Amino acid sequence: MRYALRRLGFFVLTLWVAITLNFLLPRLMPGNPALAMMAKFHNQNATPQTLHTLEILFGVNSHQSLLGQYFGYLHQIVTLNFGTSLDEYPASVTSVIGSAIWWTVGLVGITTVLAFILGTGLGIVSAWRRGGKLDSVVPPTFVITSAIPYFWMAMVLILVFALTLHWFPAQGGYYVTTDSPGLNLTFFQDVLNHAFLPAIALLITTIGTWILTMRNTMITTLAEDYVRMARAKGLPSWRIMLDYAARNAILPNLTGFAMSLGFVVSGAILIEYVFNYPGVGYMLLQAVSGEDYPLMQGLFLLITVTVLFAILLADILTAILDPRTRAAR
Amino acid sequence: MAMPVSGVATDTPAAQLPAGHALARIGRAIRSNRKATIGTILLLIFILIALFPGVIAHDSPTQDAYAPGLGISTAHLLGTNHYGQDLFSQLVYGTRNVLIIAFVVGLATTGIAVLIGVAAAYLGGGWDGSLNVLTDVLLVIPLFPLLIIIAAYAHGGSTLVLIAAITLTGWSYTARQLRAQALTLRSRDFLAAARVRGERQLYIIMVEVIPTMTSLIVACFLTNALYAVLFASSLQFIGLGDPNTVSWGTTLYWAENNAALQTGEPLWAIAPGACIAVLGSAFALLNYAFDEIGNPALRPVRKPRSKRA
Repeated sequence: MRYALRRLGFFVLTLWVAITLNFLLPRLMPGNPALAMMAKFHNQNATPQTLHTLEILFGVNSHQSLLGQYFGYLHQIVTLNFGTSLDEYPASVTSVIGSAIWWTVGLVGITTVLAFILGTGLGIVSAWRRGGKLDSVVPPTFVITSAIPYFWMAMVLILVFALTLHWFPAQGGYYVTTDSPGLNLTFFQDVLNHAFLPAIALLITTIGTWILTMRNTMITTLAEDYVRMARAKGLPSWRIMLDYAARNAILPNLTGFAMSLGFVVSGAILIEYVFNYPGVGYMLLQAVSGEDYPLMQGLFLLITVTVLFAILLADILTAILDPRTRAAR
Repeated sequence: MAMPVSGVATDTPAAQLPAGHALARIGRAIRSNRKATIGTILLLIFILIALFPGVIAHDSPTQDAYAPGLGISTAHLLGTNHYGQDLFSQLVYGTRNVLIIAFVVGLATTGIAVLIGVAAAYLGGGWDGSLNVLTDVLLVIPLFPLLIIIAAYAHGGSTLVLIAAITLTGWSYTARQLRAQALTLRSRDFLAAARVRGERQLYIIMVEVIPTMTSLIVACFLTNALYAVLFASSLQFIGLGDPNTVSWGTTLYWAENNAALQTGEPLWAIAPGACIAVLGSAFALLNYAFDEIGNPALRPVRKPRSKRA
């Protein structure tokens, strides 16, 4: 219980830091970037109410002290008022993000789970057959894939499978001209078809970490006495591999899973960008190039909150699976 | 650009030798470990290219001197791009920018990480608690989106802005690793001996603790340098760098802007990315080799000779 409370406290603290960064960054930057944006909103003939919200969010035209501005800002964030998008005027930031989020959740969520399962499995087998064929190929290969920029992997896949072989579409989430979103089979197939290459790009660049972490912990675990004991008892080798070694070695991979989510997110941003995939990463970069700061801030908060929730979830899982964390203090 | 391979090396204490010996040991280890040898050679080649780009490439990287879209030839090893710039010399001259970012960020982040990690572990108590929370908070905030918004407010970053932003945000992972190792050192006898001798804390940290951690510190530098390369190139690629710098990421930015893949100039986009991947691999290979050096259990198994015969 103490453990759960500590993790929850950490969650709240980190969230507060992220919100505060969002507040401070535009105010600390030289040349007040928010002013230029406000001028654009004036050109859009924004309503006084919209302008007022933005003034609070970015501290423009405000005669309040920094602390006063800060509390105004916190109040808006807590009431989930992130302002109005500049690019999609007059839609609110919340509704604009809502249209993009499911694309990313589908693509990144499914791919991450797949990468975790496949990578952990390969790591287990690779460590178990130490020095075997798989083990001599897998670690060096994935040391190298972990150094490949995500966007480059995406470009190579587009070049080979979309532009040369024409097996898959090169960009987008579905055929905008011929297909319309709906709950039918053609649309579903279309979405899968478009998601395939981005998913593979993400899978290839993230799976290496799962494999290497799992393999390295597993090797340490395999040297433990209880594994030797299991061997001496004459248990079938698959049971030793899964129930004795892997079960104990998987914990660091789980915590690693949580910590690395931030990296998965950054990879997804670049991959969505290269594929023009209509998710939040692509939207974030669109917001940056259009100087749509309210949308940009909203997306940053959303991404951070998602990652924090995932970490909280992994912490809880670790606590359930590892009795030591429950006993500790 | 995957996440760091979680530190098995963290749990294994480094050699208990003075600094000079440790460096000599690292030198020996590099020669004896194949991954380390390949990584070192690749890195040295890149350093030479960065120091003397003019010797290798004869064309200006920025002048639109030739016909656009020329193919591969002896005059233009990688052809020319849409603007008629020689692609090969752009890559050769671009090496310097990437390496400067890698080394400056690598050194600066490692410096901060050593300072904070070792201080937290050695001072303990409230210091450890607060430094630890700071490290953990920074660790879980998604760095790349954070870098994107920083660069966006700065209206695209010059190399200096990129270096500053990546350094300030990127030290936490290695600080945590270093703290873990420093913690295992804290109760060792040689530190107790130094304390009994009445040495000052600063002396103990600088002369007794840090030299003992040399191999992990080098590994941290390599990790950070790899992330600097990947993050900086990514930011330049999406147009948040200075579009006038000669750099691999900037070349990629112009390639993407001109839809190089779709318009039949794939080399323009693929070649600089390949350079990033190779440089990144050099750092990653060296890093992995250091993991093996620090943790002998991970070293490749050598099969008995009789089996091969």
